Amino acid sequence: MNPLHIKNGRVIDPVNGTDQVRDVFLSDGRIVERLPGKAEIIEAAGKLVTPGLIDLHVHLREPGRSDKETIETGTRAAARGGFTSVVCMPNTTPAADNTGTIAFIKQRTAEGGCVNVFPTGAISKELKGEELAPIGSLKKAGVVAITDDGHCVQNNELMRRAVEYAKMFDLPVMDHCQDYNLVADGVMHEGHWSVALGLRGWPASGEDVIVARNILLAELADWHVHCQHISSARSVALIREAKKRGVKISGEACPHHFTLTDESVKTYDTNFKMNPPLRSERDRQALIEGLADGTIECICSDHAPHCSYEKEVEFDLAPFGIIGLETELALSLALVHKKFLTLPQLVEKLTVNPARLLRLNKGTLSFGADADVTIIDPDREWTYDVEQTASKSRNSPFHGWELKGKAVATIVGGKVVWRGD
Amino acid sequence: MNTTWQRKDLLGIQDLSVDEINLLLDSATAFKEVGERAVKKVPSLRGKTLVNLFIEPSTRTRTSFELAAKRLSADVINITATASSLVKGETLKDTALNLQALNADIIVIRHSAAGAPYFLSKLLKASVVNAGDGAHEHPTQALLDAFTIREKKGRIAGLNVTILGDILYSRVARSNIWLLTKLGARVTLSGPATLVPRMFEEFGCRVTYDVEEAIRDADVINLLRIQHERQRKTMFPSTGEYAALFGLSKERFARLKPDALIMHPGPINRGVEIDSDIADCGRSVILEQVTNGLAVRMAVLFLCSGGQTGEP
Repeated sequence: MNPLHIKNGRVIDPVNGTDQVRDVFLSDGRIVERLPGKAEIIEAAGKLVTPGLIDLHVHLREPGRSDKETIETGTRAAARGGFTSVVCMPNTTPAADNTGTIAFIKQRTAEGGCVNVFPTGAISKELKGEELAPIGSLKKAGVVAITDDGHCVQNNELMRRAVEYAKMFDLPVMDHCQDYNLVADGVMHEGHWSVALGLRGWPASGEDVIVARNILLAELADWHVHCQHISSARSVALIREAKKRGVKISGEACPHHFTLTDESVKTYDTNFKMNPPLRSERDRQALIEGLADGTIECICSDHAPHCSYEKEVEFDLAPFGIIGLETELALSLALVHKKFLTLPQLVEKLTVNPARLLRLNKGTLSFGADADVTIIDPDREWTYDVEQTASKSRNSPFHGWELKGKAVATIVGGKVVWRGD
Repeated sequence: MNTTWQRKDLLGIQDLSVDEINLLLDSATAFKEVGERAVKKVPSLRGKTLVNLFIEPSTRTRTSFELAAKRLSADVINITATASSLVKGETLKDTALNLQALNADIIVIRHSAAGAPYFLSKLLKASVVNAGDGAHEHPTQALLDAFTIREKKGRIAGLNVTILGDILYSRVARSNIWLLTKLGARVTLSGPATLVPRMFEEFGCRVTYDVEEAIRDADVINLLRIQHERQRKTMFPSTGEYAALFGLSKERFARLKPDALIMHPGPINRGVEIDSDIADCGRSVILEQVTNGLAVRMAVLFLCSGGQTGEP
């Protein structure tokens, strides 16, 4: 692999407080201070050069549903979106509740993945919320966190033990916050639009009670619980208040939740059906405030591919979720263009914050760090055409959207894996 | 009135203008007269094929659409969920495309999923008529209710209409709310708080949990059945308690305005939302609603098929 010389870019590296035009050198899979000899030059004048972006919440569907996505196609979508690392969720078939599944994911990544894939392990066997999965063995197999994502552990005692147990292995516990009794058979946010559309709603409190539960258990076990895809104003407020008390709690937000509201559901388009659901304008504003004041430290896509035939059904029957890896950066940059976040703030949420949470030697351009770099044209205007996606699936509500900001090069371990025009 | 009907579909009342609603109601008046003739058939839809696609059970509405289509001389096919390929795992999309391949002109759909008619209308060239979708809309029911009110009271604007019962899960309630508020009635909703969320005030209704107050000044009372099939278990303690607190009993009936109309979209649960004798009394127009439903559905099918004049 040739050394790379990234020239004249605006380098944003929040860990080192860097925001200046300079060159970045990559050699032998590391960020280096000076090049050993000749290097391939990548001209980056007028572009941003950031640590490789990390998405800590994606579904790659392997093993089990390679008709929706594979590690190969999912990581290609990630590369096109500017992501050098993705963290995949354990709700596969079989679930990632055993070391064999983790080994399979690693093998498939080695065979066909073009970005780093970090698997998570399950909290409970078969994600059923009844018995603990072999968390210690999963850690040895290489998981970076445990979560039952797609499901939520309802039994508070089991969740408590999971948090205590994971602490031994320095593994953060991530949770999809959803009270099953309150959410029941809801298909969208409960509010004005669910009432108008006659669709069964689920209240924001169905998320909030579990966020509150997680705060209390994080306090009890003195260990880190990370609340996945936070969507409600009250959840943001709960996390903000708990952090002030020093509780080891954190949260993430998805572009669709800070971009869209439940009003979008009015056409019954199933690409607006996700879990958690699109919520009210007040919730959307609160998420942006939470991102701006640091309450929510990560942005992720919750990339959830589904076959078109599965989505082309009655709203009640459609599966939850949308693809998001290719639109995430532009939708997030919109927060910068609209001056809700500074560029370094945004870059933090897509790099060093997830890296720190998951203890990865990534998310920075410090010398010696892994040579994962993303080059971004923040002002590039483009139209998202879902037919051009690298993902196997097409379930995006952002098809046809005019977006601003795009990754133009994605570099993983010193190798260029995606180069845009 | 110069409004002409431009829609191929009737998906809901919420999308309609006041003029469109009035055009439908006026056309229904003409079609009602057809139903009273010795020969109850007109050739308006001769050569057209109508499919009744009923994915959720229904007697009244399906029969009414079938008869309406036959009186307009259309050919009618009835498909019910249990007798269709849907039970073999076929999707609604594929079922609908197959019907289109047979050159069906009008698809009347009843479905337990809200929005299903919208899904079909985007997919098909055929006209799509919503015969009830989940808890969303039941536009022909609201039209026949309005037709009945107009016939009995001579107007809709300014009337006090109280809808009593399970509002949350009711498509009839929603379509009635859109229609009556558009036409200037004052709509009051009442029932258990778990089934009548305050949120409905955002749609221009009054919500009260004091049933006596809700019915006192009503010119029309529309009683709704408890939609057990759509409810979660914990919405109220028992039908006995419901009947005691919210049922239209003889005592409550005695306190109504003397000319208040009693309406119900059916099927009625005697002794729950309505006292059995009241259902059959002279001020109950429940069966006239059924008769008017036929006229309204003839008007809907006629207009959605391109009939322009509003006359058969």
